[in-house]
Amino acid sequence: MKSAVIVFPGLNRDRDMIAALTKVSGTAPATVWHQDAELPDVDLVVIPGGFSYGDYLRCGAIAARSPIMDQVRQHAARGGKVLGVCNGFQILIEAGLLPGALMRNKSLKFVCREVKLEVVNADTAFTRGYTKGEVFRCPVAHHDGNYFADSETLNRVEGEGQVAFRYAEGTNPNGSLNDIAGVFNDGKNVLGIMPHPENLIELAHGGDDGRALFAGLLGQAA
Amino acid sequence: MTYQNNIAITPQLVADHGLKPDEFDKIVALIGRQPTYTELGIFSAMWNEHCSYKSSKKWLKTLPTSGPRVIQGPGENAGVVDIGDGQAVVFKMESHNHPSFIEPYQGAATGVGGILRDVFTMGARPVAAMNALRFGAPDHEKTRHLVSGVVAGVGGYGNAFGVPTVGGEVEFDERYNGNILVNAFAAGLADTDKIFYSKAEGVGLPVVYLGAKTGRDGVGGATMASAEFGDDIEEKRPTVQVGDPFTEKRLLEACLELMATGAVIAIQDMGAAGLTCSAVEMGAKGDLGIELDLDKVPVRETHMTPYEMMLSESQERMLMVLHPEKEAAARAVFEKWELDFATVGYTTDDLRFRVKWQGEEVANLPIKELGDEAPEYDRPWIEPAKPAPLSGDVPQMDVADALLKLVGSHQIASRRWVYEQYDTMIQGNSLQRPGGDAGVIRVEGHDTKALAFSSDVTPRYCEADPFEGGKQAVAECWRNLTATGAEPLAATDNLNFGNPERPEIMGQLVHAIKGIGEACRALDFPIVSGNVSLYNETNGRGILPTPTIGGVGLLPDWSKMARIGFAGANQVILLVGAPPSRGTHLGQSIYLRDLFGRKDGPAPHVDLAHEKRTGDFVRKLIRSGVATACHDLSDGGLAVGLAEMAIASGIGATVTDLTDHDPILQYFGEDQGRYLVTVALDPQGPELGALWEDASSLGIFAPWIGTTGGTELVLGAARAIPVSQLQSAHEGWFPNYMDGAAA
Repeated sequence: MKSAVIVFPGLNRDRDMIAALTKVSGTAPATVWHQDAELPDVDLVVIPGGFSYGDYLRCGAIAARSPIMDQVRQHAARGGKVLGVCNGFQILIEAGLLPGALMRNKSLKFVCREVKLEVVNADTAFTRGYTKGEVFRCPVAHHDGNYFADSETLNRVEGEGQVAFRYAEGTNPNGSLNDIAGVFNDGKNVLGIMPHPENLIELAHGGDDGRALFAGLLGQAA
Repeated sequence: MTYQNNIAITPQLVADHGLKPDEFDKIVALIGRQPTYTELGIFSAMWNEHCSYKSSKKWLKTLPTSGPRVIQGPGENAGVVDIGDGQAVVFKMESHNHPSFIEPYQGAATGVGGILRDVFTMGARPVAAMNALRFGAPDHEKTRHLVSGVVAGVGGYGNAFGVPTVGGEVEFDERYNGNILVNAFAAGLADTDKIFYSKAEGVGLPVVYLGAKTGRDGVGGATMASAEFGDDIEEKRPTVQVGDPFTEKRLLEACLELMATGAVIAIQDMGAAGLTCSAVEMGAKGDLGIELDLDKVPVRETHMTPYEMMLSESQERMLMVLHPEKEAAARAVFEKWELDFATVGYTTDDLRFRVKWQGEEVANLPIKELGDEAPEYDRPWIEPAKPAPLSGDVPQMDVADALLKLVGSHQIASRRWVYEQYDTMIQGNSLQRPGGDAGVIRVEGHDTKALAFSSDVTPRYCEADPFEGGKQAVAECWRNLTATGAEPLAATDNLNFGNPERPEIMGQLVHAIKGIGEACRALDFPIVSGNVSLYNETNGRGILPTPTIGGVGLLPDWSKMARIGFAGANQVILLVGAPPSRGTHLGQSIYLRDLFGRKDGPAPHVDLAHEKRTGDFVRKLIRSGVATACHDLSDGGLAVGLAEMAIASGIGATVTDLTDHDPILQYFGEDQGRYLVTVALDPQGPELGALWEDASSLGIFAPWIGTTGGTELVLGAARAIPVSQLQSAHEGWFPNYMDGAAA
């Protein structure tokens, strides 16, 4: 599977994401600068974490209005896969590609620690490397990851299998509704998650629980 | 608008610039006339304590600064040390004490920003950060506010910039009530043949301004940092700069991209005293003059005067001398990152520092003398008094009660509340995150190599005995690096003291530097960069003398790295480097201070030769794979060391007393140069016998004091303490305190 990583100014986990995609697939992803006119011909587009435009407006709001995001919308509309991690998740929400909102953490503080995630829907290209109900370790590092949706949206997200992961075993770090850590769009080809599986893929990271996400995703249609 | 550059220079105006009358006379003698207003500002910026080191230079020169691996010692933006394979680690520590007290969030944030800039100015990508923070007493009315603001500021800047915070210190003492310490450390990696320096070369070359625009923030900041605080500190808030990590991140990427093009001849970041200091430094180092045209400087406010432009400490700015033929390519890089790029002057051959503004020459000064002729003082100092030995019987307390209290005290409790607000995992190379003896990161692109970082000083020892305290700060840093299996390479020092014009404070500074020098020489641990922060006083009361040491170590193979948590049950616990009675020294201990309110007795002595032998022995045990866990002993002695190993792993241990020695001295003495090492060897077997033979041939005592296992920590005759109880005491203090519980 061919992939591309979009880089907005102020993102800072782009190198981590590129390293993870490269280590898992053996091939480096294409990198796309935010001012580039179009996306390369790839199956997967990834928006990594960081602080695009300093998060000086609402997190992700400025990047979401960048011209390259029209390309991302078209890619998603064609059924292409899109993964947003952390700031990438915030950008996809601001771009209208994913339901709900991400508010400031309940503690009002930045939080970086390891949490547990439960796989809620393993029946997608993103989650096929895990089994339903499986609980795995994953780092988080964010200030605004408190997932919220109005009750109608939340019912739909829950009812249509759009919850990908939940914080498990009491490790919800940010106050997210229903412990939601990651959601799909209704076509299940766009995923946004707050945690950072790219920082737990090898021995040096103290574990490789995050690897299955990339392995499942990249192994498909290779 | 007209600008009065020729206003009368009155004695009051001179004093307001932090210059003494004799210093002003020296300026007049040097230039042969009265300075203009702008020139007075330039002199005040260059000649204050912060930029000129005028009180400390004489003593700093005595520190060892070279070694086989040292590529660049003090005098540049940061020190540079060879780590093999064509790579170098570039690092420095710097204080941002005064600004952080006045405005904790921005003060701490810009402290982090400044030190990161020092590192990437030299061509290195920052890979690790640490912060040594010292606050007033927990029950002081301002402490919570300052802790919460400083920690948020450190995180706010470092997290957005994208560097992992891998270690640091947080300590509380009433002596910091009116003057907290924020010492920021950063390290980066660079190729040894691609290090960039501040020395300009070549006449008539463009001097280019890069990064953010210049505003009025921070005007006079360096001068403010060189003065004591009074009750009027709130009025100094406008001298604190405002940080913009988003711009800094873009500046990093743009600078590294630009450096790769070969366009850069010299580079200097604009830190303290901004444009003034950076331009003078680049010119003076290269024996060149500099002419600046202030009309070209990108500004974000209207009607800025030349005085303000020259003294602004707006953040995220750089000055470079570029190859003229590559100027267009350089401009393209900065435009891509949407940063300002302006040619603001050029180098000259006449050794003058000329500043022009609206066609008028507002300053014309001899460039070399601005730096080189700064006053240098041999300030009077007095020998610090040695504290009397402890008198009377050892104060007794139940060992288990004492340990539980200490583990849940402000001094020993877990700093998780702090470090979870820092991104400790970004870049994907963090092998050991905060909470252990040292932070460790893998060297990206190398299969096995890693770097260890630690920041240390024990201010209460330095207060009791600045010489021993200075030695101890270096030794503890060296020990913490060693405890991971790293070879300590070099260090940076951040010397925080009170007013050097008081002979007793100067005596502390002199003795601490002597102690640091002696320890660095004995341990082959040179000082390659540093910073001095004096005048840390409020209303005439000085802080505890605090010479923070930030050290860097190298691990050839991180698969052979030690951690502090017990690695398994039924392992032998050795106390390596201990005296025969395990512990003897209670003077200045945490046991006396925090359980009995006593701050008396001498500081512990550091036997440097023994320290070196013991450390080298421990490192060998780790690297050969024999050691399964390792932790050095510091605050709280053996009992706290064992508790921390149990807490980190959830595994208990049973330790046997020496029945003929006072358990308080054994468990809470703070004798130096000791490590706890666990080994998975048969206690009766030949391997352990061989280990003891090795140790004894080196004159190192390494007794078997106990065995790991179970869910309780059993210290001899004391009642067993469940590890879970230690954990909850250890984790509880900080969040409870910040939530408003009584200190």
